[in-house]
Amino acid sequence: MSEADQLIDVLTSEEVEAIEAEIAHLPDRESAAMEALQIVQANRGWVSDASLSAIARLLGMSAAALDSIATFYNLIFRQPVGRHVIMTCDSVSCFVMGCEKVHKAIEESLGVSPGETTEDGRYTLLPIVCLGACDRAPVIMIDDELHGDVAVEDVPAILERYP
Amino acid sequence: MSSSSKPLTERIETENGLVDLAAYQRAGGYDAARRVVTSMTPEEVQDLVKDANLRGRGGAGFPTGVKWSFVPKGDAAGPGHKYLVCNADEMEPGTFKDRYLLEYDPHLLVEGMIIGAYAIQADKAYVFMRGEYHEGFRQLSRAIDDAKAQGFLGSNVFGSDFSVDLGIHRSGGRYICGEETALLNALEGKRAQPRYKPPFPPASGAWGRPTIVNNVETLCNVPGILRHGAQWFQDLGNGDDAGTKLYGVSGRVNRPGLWELPIGTSIREIIEEHAGGMQAGYQLRGLLPGGASTDFLVEQHLDLPMDYGSIQAAGSRMGTGTMILMDDSICPVAMSVNLQHFFAQESCGFCTPCREGLPWLESLLIDIEEGRGNPGDLDVLSANASYIGAPGNTFCLHATGAMEPLNSALKYFREDFEAHIERGGCPYREGSA
Repeated sequence: MSEADQLIDVLTSEEVEAIEAEIAHLPDRESAAMEALQIVQANRGWVSDASLSAIARLLGMSAAALDSIATFYNLIFRQPVGRHVIMTCDSVSCFVMGCEKVHKAIEESLGVSPGETTEDGRYTLLPIVCLGACDRAPVIMIDDELHGDVAVEDVPAILERYP
Repeated sequence: MSSSSKPLTERIETENGLVDLAAYQRAGGYDAARRVVTSMTPEEVQDLVKDANLRGRGGAGFPTGVKWSFVPKGDAAGPGHKYLVCNADEMEPGTFKDRYLLEYDPHLLVEGMIIGAYAIQADKAYVFMRGEYHEGFRQLSRAIDDAKAQGFLGSNVFGSDFSVDLGIHRSGGRYICGEETALLNALEGKRAQPRYKPPFPPASGAWGRPTIVNNVETLCNVPGILRHGAQWFQDLGNGDDAGTKLYGVSGRVNRPGLWELPIGTSIREIIEEHAGGMQAGYQLRGLLPGGASTDFLVEQHLDLPMDYGSIQAAGSRMGTGTMILMDDSICPVAMSVNLQHFFAQESCGFCTPCREGLPWLESLLIDIEEGRGNPGDLDVLSANASYIGAPGNTFCLHATGAMEPLNSALKYFREDFEAHIERGGCPYREGSA
């Protein structure tokens, strides 16, 4: 097996198939960089060095070039994350509505700071820019679910919903 | 058919939520796109949208029909695709209008994009959507599938010679993707750094081909114009501008929310009648009229109509039309720190004044907020804010937008900045906590 084949072998055949399907309707292979990163992350939770190198080979680009793209964007994770990712909006409408107290309550409840994962691997806490639900500020997003009008006293019950 | 005064939201109100394909067609949906594609020329469509005076709803306010007319026609375009791209990357802090349209009336956007693509003869169309908009993605994906199954998208749309594919690109998330050339780089799978202009996207955009980028709300206005005519659209607006606008209010009001109103409705009416006024115990001190990158307005501006010209004449911008209110419990310096933190973090890092200047200004603001400010700091702040904010001193308008709320905060809330320096701390924190 060639080196290229081995690297591509890091990815599952389903991942390769899904990435090839994206490439098929784009003008060139590199243009599928974001879609490819998203496909692998959706499957594995994050993008490891091995995954990154394999995707780069598949797209016919250098791993460094792909990493410069992966690390540019907020929603591509180059470190492992917990089973649930909590994103707390810290933009201006949430600020005006007192989001700092809610963030503090979440940090205290989990015992982690923004950017960290709980020891049991259950939650990763990340700050995020405006989530576009400012009429319900303060807003947080857990995985793909939005929670609006979050008060400090709501925090324990919300967190409990994500085992 | 009735020509409602709320062409963007009437179906959502009737359905009390999601408008599916059947509901959309019951309300006359896709009739306009069918008529356009089977019986009008692209130039006729462009002219109608020009005559309607539809201006971009993403913030810049450029006339949509005029923008469309910049796309080279026929052989002048050279061989290859032409692209219509919908900017659904709603990341302007305080803005939540496009989400509403995407989640509840996705076929309105699909129909607007069929008509827009036909008008510029694009055979490829993309919706560039925020990665965090999961529900919008689900609803728009379903709408695209349903439209495709009916023959409204893909090959030979409505049985005509016109074909267009519509797909969704989910963004990896960065505010700079809202800048249209950064968006095109992101669409191409690259880092979202703005491009040098010219060439402008209508000449050379996605993958070097003629491309038009329009906002969600802009495209959602197109089916109504084609259905009811230019004069109808002009008559919807108050004053100089045409159509309706999705206005929003966030902050300490009784009913934060979103309303479709005649463009040019006064700020006071939006806040007092629609948002129910300020909550008991809170006074309005200032507002950002159209997102984080617009200058503060204050009490004296409340009777201004929210339209492009009036807000610009007052020194700000209508922007996205979704306003953020600052009440008297909020420290203007702390709010400035919050805003500048956002802009510093979201700089793409390509050019030096933005990459280095914005974090430097943020740290100076933090010093002032936390009581470490010195008497000369406000002059330093103003001088640097003016320098970084001047268009042309940075590669794109990111830093210019960042300085709009800062320069205006220094103008309208100067006494608050001075009080922090004089007292060596934040007066808003002393009384609380």
